[in-house]
Amino acid sequence: MPENTAPTGTADVPHIEFRDVVKKFGDNTVLDNLNFTVSKGERVTLIGPSGSGKTTILRLVMTLEELSGGYIHIGGTPLQYQEQGGKRVRISDKRRRRTTTGIGMVFQHFNLFPNMTVMENIVEAPINVMGLKKAEAEAKAEALLDKVGMGWKKDARPNELSGGQQQRIAIARALAMDPEILLLDEVTSALDPELVGEVLAVLKDIAAETDISMLIVTHEMQFARDVSDRVMMFDQGSVIEEGLPDKIFSEPENQRTQDFLRAVL
Amino acid sequence: MNPNSSWWDWDHAAAVLPSLLLDGFKITVLATVLGTLIALVLGLIVAIIRRSSPPLINAPVTWVVEFIRMTPLVVQLVFANLVLSQYINSTLAIGICVLGVHYTTYMAEVYRAGIDSVPTGQWEAATALSLPRVRTWRAVVIPQAIRNTLPALGNYAISMFKETPFFVVIYIPELVRVAQNYGSHNFRYTEAITLAGLIFLAASYPTSLLIRRLEKKLA
Repeated sequence: MPENTAPTGTADVPHIEFRDVVKKFGDNTVLDNLNFTVSKGERVTLIGPSGSGKTTILRLVMTLEELSGGYIHIGGTPLQYQEQGGKRVRISDKRRRRTTTGIGMVFQHFNLFPNMTVMENIVEAPINVMGLKKAEAEAKAEALLDKVGMGWKKDARPNELSGGQQQRIAIARALAMDPEILLLDEVTSALDPELVGEVLAVLKDIAAETDISMLIVTHEMQFARDVSDRVMMFDQGSVIEEGLPDKIFSEPENQRTQDFLRAVL
Repeated sequence: MNPNSSWWDWDHAAAVLPSLLLDGFKITVLATVLGTLIALVLGLIVAIIRRSSPPLINAPVTWVVEFIRMTPLVVQLVFANLVLSQYINSTLAIGICVLGVHYTTYMAEVYRAGIDSVPTGQWEAATALSLPRVRTWRAVVIPQAIRNTLPALGNYAISMFKETPFFVVIYIPELVRVAQNYGSHNFRYTEAITLAGLIFLAASYPTSLLIRRLEKKLA
């Protein structure tokens, strides 16, 4: 019976831990010996110029990219590789999947399944991964759809909906798995400007009502300021400055942070 | 002029038509339907193997597929009949299997293109939901891949229908063979062969129109 055995963080074990992480695409080193942690319940936003490796960090946590070096631990459990007898050993896809059941991700381009209705999109994983009964999964889905304001569209197909509506459904789909960690990858970047607000409003509610740990990549600086506990400024594959949102946005110390914020604000 | 030597004789046409339809056409349709089913199922399996297996399995499958695609159906029919007729009693069964396996290799390519046309984002969403591999294929990838490939698969089914006359090389009494038999017994080929051709046309043309409509609907 599949069950949610995803590891969680505790007071002394970080929820997400990057240890000497290296990620290369061919000869191009995107992340170079990156170290950072996210505590349980913490909301961390990654900001920085495009191409600085922010999205790659989320994709590594979701196992959409393979580590080139180093380790990622989720609640103390190694995710992609582990050290065994002084060697770096790859963890099987099955074990990786067990760890990632507690991790949800919302994508820039929503990635809803077009061959399924809204309801089917949401109950797919709860039924087939968590082993919920159909009725249970649907009741849960209805509640989530109401929460994101999309209950009235549960029988629609994704291609009948606006980008903002699709993204709210993608959020409900991720939440249906009761994630301990939520990864938000530029979730408003593909939306028409007038649709950004409805998606951010939903996310702010979730941030306020739950204690899900969040790792966020966004260009919406006001949103980052509102929901984050910590902001990390990224450039060329490493963290050049981090701190409380007020501090980073109001009085950044690093010259490159200042330049970046001046350009985007 | 002797009426019997005229180009077309309606008496012969009327005499051959029932056996063309009841015997020949029946076998042609049976071969097409069963052959298509074999190719649809095996083709999908081959396509999935070629997209998801380690090289150790992938390489021999690819080799066999290429080998079948690069040799003529007629040769395969004769060869399979020589080898298999000692084990399998029915030439028709052998013919249908050869036809089905031959078209498996084409349909596998169609499926493969369909699978490749499913955006990476769909695979990533499935990974993000921790869906098991098999479930990802079954619920997400295959339904989307097949939707894109239906017209091409349909066209191959029609072309299978039109290639059933190759069965004459192993003496299966499909449509053309029945026509030939009538010709050789009565020394009149024209009516029988012409009618056989018209029957093919009457069956495949409407089907191709249907597929074209399906294509427009899916686009």
